[in-house]
Amino acid sequence: MDIDLSFVWAGIIAFSVLAYVVLDGFDLGIGIVFPFFRKRHDRDVMTNSIAPVWDGNETWLVLGGGGLMAVFPLAYAIIMPALYMPIILMLVSLIFRGVAFEFRWRTHHESHLWDFGFWIGSSVAALMQGISLGALVQGVAVEGRQYAGGWWDWLTPFSILTGIAVLVGYALLGVTWLNLKTSGEIQSRSAKLARPLSVALLALIGAVSLWTPFINEIYFERWFGWPTAFFSSFVPLLLALCAFALWHGLTHGKHLQPFLSALGLFILSFAGLGISFYPYMIPGVLTIRDAAAPDSSLKFLLVGASILVPMILAYTAYAYWVFRGKVDPEEGYH
Amino acid sequence: MTFLGLEAEMLARLQFAFTVSFHFLFPAFSIGTASYLAVLNALWLWKRDQAYLKLFEYWKTIFAVTFAMGVVSGIVMSYQFGTNWSAFSDKAGPVIGPLMGYEVLTAFFLEAGFLGIALFGRKRVGDTAHMVAVAMVAIGTLISATWITAANSWMHTPTGFSIDSNGVFVPEDWWQIIFNPSFPYRMTHTVMAAFLTTAFAVGAVGAWHLLKDRKNRQAQIMFSMAMWMAAIVTPIQIFVGDLHGLNTLEHQPAKIAAMEGHYETHKDGAPLVLFGIPDDEAETTHYAIEVPKLGSLILTHELNGEIKGLKEWPRDQRPPALMPFITFRIMVGLGFLMLGVGLWSLWARWKGNLYDTPWLHRIAVAMGGSGFIAVLAGWYTTEVGRQPWTVYGHLRTAHSLSPVSAPAVGTSLLIFIAVYFVVFGVGVYYLLKLMQRPPTPLDTDRELDAGPIRTAGIMPGAAQDHPIGGRHGH
Repeated sequence: MDIDLSFVWAGIIAFSVLAYVVLDGFDLGIGIVFPFFRKRHDRDVMTNSIAPVWDGNETWLVLGGGGLMAVFPLAYAIIMPALYMPIILMLVSLIFRGVAFEFRWRTHHESHLWDFGFWIGSSVAALMQGISLGALVQGVAVEGRQYAGGWWDWLTPFSILTGIAVLVGYALLGVTWLNLKTSGEIQSRSAKLARPLSVALLALIGAVSLWTPFINEIYFERWFGWPTAFFSSFVPLLLALCAFALWHGLTHGKHLQPFLSALGLFILSFAGLGISFYPYMIPGVLTIRDAAAPDSSLKFLLVGASILVPMILAYTAYAYWVFRGKVDPEEGYH
Repeated sequence: MTFLGLEAEMLARLQFAFTVSFHFLFPAFSIGTASYLAVLNALWLWKRDQAYLKLFEYWKTIFAVTFAMGVVSGIVMSYQFGTNWSAFSDKAGPVIGPLMGYEVLTAFFLEAGFLGIALFGRKRVGDTAHMVAVAMVAIGTLISATWITAANSWMHTPTGFSIDSNGVFVPEDWWQIIFNPSFPYRMTHTVMAAFLTTAFAVGAVGAWHLLKDRKNRQAQIMFSMAMWMAAIVTPIQIFVGDLHGLNTLEHQPAKIAAMEGHYETHKDGAPLVLFGIPDDEAETTHYAIEVPKLGSLILTHELNGEIKGLKEWPRDQRPPALMPFITFRIMVGLGFLMLGVGLWSLWARWKGNLYDTPWLHRIAVAMGGSGFIAVLAGWYTTEVGRQPWTVYGHLRTAHSLSPVSAPAVGTSLLIFIAVYFVVFGVGVYYLLKLMQRPPTPLDTDRELDAGPIRTAGIMPGAAQDHPIGGRHGH
């Protein structure tokens, strides 16, 4: 049996992007909803709930970027220049947000400045990730082995819509995380915020889903052609189920259920994207197979990845386990 | 199209140099600091001497701030290969990418996964698991250094590959790729440089506090430990540096010619140019002060050994000479100053007045940043000396660029410059403030009782009076 390694790797890269979205999504979300929590003490508790895990979460983004360069160098070489400005703005935003974790403790007078940096950094990073995604779905102009489009190709009504969808989605992950990890006033306010955010996110998911098939024939065929429509119809059904679980959890004061349901929405949206993209790396232009590095590169890194990724998941889970339970507001990390 | 009179290639090079220089400063310090923390924690567990715990807690906060800046500036690097150097990524990605992929999988996750426990988890997991976490962070930084110097070394001395019809580097032998000819030297030289950077920073902090209170036990311990490192590691580093130079002479003789300021080939013994101003246009080194034959003696270990000059290569295959010439002298000069401090400390130690020699302490304070400067200077020497190639002898820098226009690169460069100076400038200021705290926590017992998980709300008064000191518990 001959397994095509490029598809194995597409799966691993997709997994690490999903892991990034799932893990960093909620900690970016906490930054996005910072303006709704004005007290310094509340913000301390909020950042403390993610302080021990945030840079592990962000490492998945490095794996997504570094891994893409390693196993799909051609896709990396085309996508990065195509998304030049959103990527640069995302990186700069992540700087502001990342250092704010430490810097806000190192000063008294300027801490509100770093809180502002934490908010704007988290928000712009989320927006740019969504815009990048939308720009990729819309398609990228390629000539030979290089990007051939202009510098503002990424900015379209559709990419702005996906940008806002991701922003709202991360905010929902953030408040459902706070609903899980905090108690008292922070928790009740988070639960209250989660309701309008849920409605907004579902509306945005609906809008993006309805728009996508009309962007490219490939997507239309995938979603409405037979027999693929049979399988792809599971995605909206499961989405409806998650939406119900989310609402039920919020209206019945559950702690864990809303967070898991919100994650479910993200995972299903991601699966939907996968259905649209397959077997392309860049829609309509570059397939997974054509984008792949030589087999010697794929094999070499796969040996390590198949041992190391399970180990990473194990000790990441352990770190989350160590810091499990509600954050004690009287016992911070700093 | 140009931006402020500069072409896209130059702007992209400036951007990479700028972002990687800033980034490199943080790991250069955190590699050594992580190991230092592991040693301090092990000493505390072994001897149960509170001084070591205090020092651990003291440096832990400094490490956390440095590490955060290293993480965020590092994420930029992993995307910059694609944004500005997409042709390089397309062609060399299959070789460089997996090496960096292994760095992420074996090192970054390890560091990030255990950092939370190392910083905040002593009470939660107990001493043993906490020690393991601290050690994992330290080991992670070293693994990281290994992979990234392997990738970088391959760009200098590429082996173990073939080139296909698209110009893509196809890996043929990973053993040869990783253990390429310059890797062992570069890795040893770089890791020792990182240890020395930390040693001199720790030494300066210790000396600073000794100048204020020479009886402070924690200050004595850190100063003493740092000076041992300076005395022992500096001579080894100079020896390794010499080996690294010989390796470069073998594989990149044009770089050596640029570093030495030689345009003419010397067949019967090259002089050592101590100072001068290399001029690539005129192909000569102006105002050269030379010591006859010494250049050959150092590089070939023979008085009449042959050293090639830059004129041996066509102009379009020569590195620019001025920058490597200057930065190399800065690095070597600082190396010998470090040796001097190390030897002086041995003398003072032998005389029994290591903690009572204010001039030694003053010099040590002045030398606090020497490691950072030396590391950057050495880095510039080797990287500028690699020009005009990205993959030495195979892929030109000019052919590595993204299809980017100068204004786009220029704009992003200005954004990076503004953000880096603001954010990391403030970060360095906070680091200096943290280092200014005397290494004597006021409430030792509480430190143990409450553990490192201290609420921000527990001591609001102290926090307001001393925003730094009050929260040192992290």
